[in-house]
Amino acid sequence: MDVEFQHISKNFGSVNALTDVSLTANSGTIHGLIGENGAGKSTLMKILTGYQSKSGGTIVINGREARLNSPKEAAVLGIGMLYQEPMDFTPLTVLENFSLGNPERNRKKLRLSLQALASRFGFHLAPDRAVELLTVGERQQIELLRLIHCKTRLLILDEPTTGISPAQKKTLFPALKHLAADGITILLVSHKLEEVATLCSEVTVLRHGSVTHHTNAPFHFPELLKAMFGSVPKQKDKEAQRETGAQILQMQNVEASSERLGLKQCTVKCAEGEIIGLAGLDGAGQSTFLRLAAGLTIPDRGSVILFGKELPKNIKACLQSQRQQTSFIPADRLEEALFADISLTDHFNLKEKQHSFLGIRNNNRVQTEKAITTFSIKGEPDYAAGDLSGGNQQRLLLALLDPESRLVLLENPTRGLDIRSGQWVWDYLRNKLSPQTTILFSSPELDEILHFSDRILVFHNGLIVLDRAVTDTSHAAIAAAMTGMTE
Amino acid sequence: MKKPPTTRHLPQAAFDILSGTILVFGFTALILLIADAPVLAAFKNIWMGAFVSTAKVSQVLSVWVPLILCSCGLLYTFRVNLWNIGIEGQITMGAIAAMAALRIPGIENPTLLLIFSFFASILGGATWGLLTGLLKTRGGVHEIFGGLGLNFVAQGFILWLIFGPWKRPGIASMSGTELLDHDLWLSTPTGWRVATMGLLVAGSVVILTWLFLEKSRFGLKLKAIGQNPKATLLYGLLPERYYLKAIMITGACAGIAGFLQVTAVYHRLIPSISSGYGYLALLVVMLAGYRILLLPILALFFASLNVGSIQLPIVLQLDSSLSGVIQGCCVLSALLILGIRQKRERS
Repeated sequence: MDVEFQHISKNFGSVNALTDVSLTANSGTIHGLIGENGAGKSTLMKILTGYQSKSGGTIVINGREARLNSPKEAAVLGIGMLYQEPMDFTPLTVLENFSLGNPERNRKKLRLSLQALASRFGFHLAPDRAVELLTVGERQQIELLRLIHCKTRLLILDEPTTGISPAQKKTLFPALKHLAADGITILLVSHKLEEVATLCSEVTVLRHGSVTHHTNAPFHFPELLKAMFGSVPKQKDKEAQRETGAQILQMQNVEASSERLGLKQCTVKCAEGEIIGLAGLDGAGQSTFLRLAAGLTIPDRGSVILFGKELPKNIKACLQSQRQQTSFIPADRLEEALFADISLTDHFNLKEKQHSFLGIRNNNRVQTEKAITTFSIKGEPDYAAGDLSGGNQQRLLLALLDPESRLVLLENPTRGLDIRSGQWVWDYLRNKLSPQTTILFSSPELDEILHFSDRILVFHNGLIVLDRAVTDTSHAAIAAAMTGMTE
Repeated sequence: MKKPPTTRHLPQAAFDILSGTILVFGFTALILLIADAPVLAAFKNIWMGAFVSTAKVSQVLSVWVPLILCSCGLLYTFRVNLWNIGIEGQITMGAIAAMAALRIPGIENPTLLLIFSFFASILGGATWGLLTGLLKTRGGVHEIFGGLGLNFVAQGFILWLIFGPWKRPGIASMSGTELLDHDLWLSTPTGWRVATMGLLVAGSVVILTWLFLEKSRFGLKLKAIGQNPKATLLYGLLPERYYLKAIMITGACAGIAGFLQVTAVYHRLIPSISSGYGYLALLVVMLAGYRILLLPILALFFASLNVGSIQLPIVLQLDSSLSGVIQGCCVLSALLILGIRQKRERS
């Protein structure tokens, strides 16, 4: 399927999200669409999938102008999208999810189609397994197979490698190339240049809602970076190791069961000032570890000792003893950390530790305005948190973080952020917080862990399988540990 | 970047209310036609029944007072996303507690008794609310089922009191307990049927609720918990604690409504002391879109319909059940408008 965007524009009130965007993606090619956060990539894809209407311009599919007024119309035309977060039904099985939106009703035939497609792409999916037991990568595989089975001719991939393991990435990429070879048009939305370079034959760069660059492979990275950011962001050297002090967090034989595999026999000590990266496949135990330290999960067995005191075995007491010195920022910002319909000012009001019953609010406007400037949040004090882009939500969370915290726990701190926003986050964490602050963070990006942490903990099936100084290990050793292979 | 959340909802709210009103009248007219009743005459009678004289208007107000009290109370529970169906039982328990305080032997001063009774009703309603809350937070019983169960318990309890320990000397009947002494009746202005104190209390509760919910940190916390209980943990707030606080405040407001039903309207305890105002208040709040500013007007509308339709059987010889049908139409229209609004918000 050939798709052509001609002079597309989109306004939200007085804001121009897209201005005169034109690009062509041809049958059988993988076309990369890159740009920083808020560049307009998602808006353009929402228009193509019928979720949003355009303000101007035309979309031509196979030589004919296409009407895309609803997601259904887009689906009928054979346009399918693989979202960053799997859009599936977790209580259903793999086969049931696969059969959704499919005219075929015969379960036997569906099972056969699923198995045939899975083996063709090298995916290992048990048809009767509940989807909630699977990793993000596996759920993405089901979704991909489902779209192919539904005769998708134009496949849009939105940051497809965000939640998946390196091994799953290795399976996904050949599958995508395979699909392109079959004649399917693929639009890859990403801000990871290496992936774009590996997969795409041509790339279009968006910046502030306009096309700033278009080029065919092979790609010249500085050129792309300049088109994305206006200038080439400086690649910083590996951060220097920080001085460490007394032990502040200690876990002794902790077992907990909150994630898929929970956490088993966890014994670890963390010192003041350390920056520790937590690596592992999705659901291998990192999240449970962070939530235990944050007092949001109670261990089934063992003890968590924080600042010399054992944390109480009850969430209420735990939270109270925690509040003063620990901060936690989860990966799911709108799900777990922000209130979509509440204004930025009121987020600061909520964070205030004043205990008056009838404290009149709105006294934090000045503080909010200051935070907006300091943290370069694109928004106003009265904006609802849900109206901010992902990057700005992360900045808001950092602004809300108590700078006096002695232990900062972050779950995938640069999730969904472009290079520059990600760098900004790390610059803040390392340089604006006191050097005595202990930082523990999980990330699916090994490079981020290797670059910013002093020490690494690798999780596999709920166990810590590797605990090393970053300087004493290698990318390969960590990747092996993540998949359970011992050195 | 999306637009900031300003007052973009206001015109839509006005539209909802307008279309709701048209629907209510349309539905009602249809049913009157089916019942072979003169439509215009019926509407005129409802209007006359509610507003023709000071006495009628004051009667409307005497319905408005408990209705607005319950509606204000429900705003708190709705704010934290709780469906406090148990409000009926909370009115009933407020009334029972008020009556119990009035029966305290040995106190001669009627003012003192009324003050006791007032606070007892608050305690009664709040405790009944707390029970629903505890069933939810400790026992994992959904507040709708817990509240419904407790409504039945409260109803059983009031019947037992009326037919048992508090029955009229000699006879026990559905008409309730013995009338209170005249000096235990809340005073009303001459020619009026609504107690001054009732109006004052209702007015203050409206203002206080507006202050609490819109201006205070407490209100903000309730809103945050209602939106995303998981996230509030990061702000050091424990949702369970606020569920209990909110439902106790609702219970207290309902309790006051019960107190006024006993001391200002019926002057005794009757089996249906809540008069269904709790359920009606749920609809008033939903139709108002959970906004306090619209509550007084909508409560007045429902109160006048309630009072005005009593006129129908008397003047037009229509079956008295018709007034129930009309109220049912209001309810259905309200739900329909709400459904449409939710659909619109989702899209």
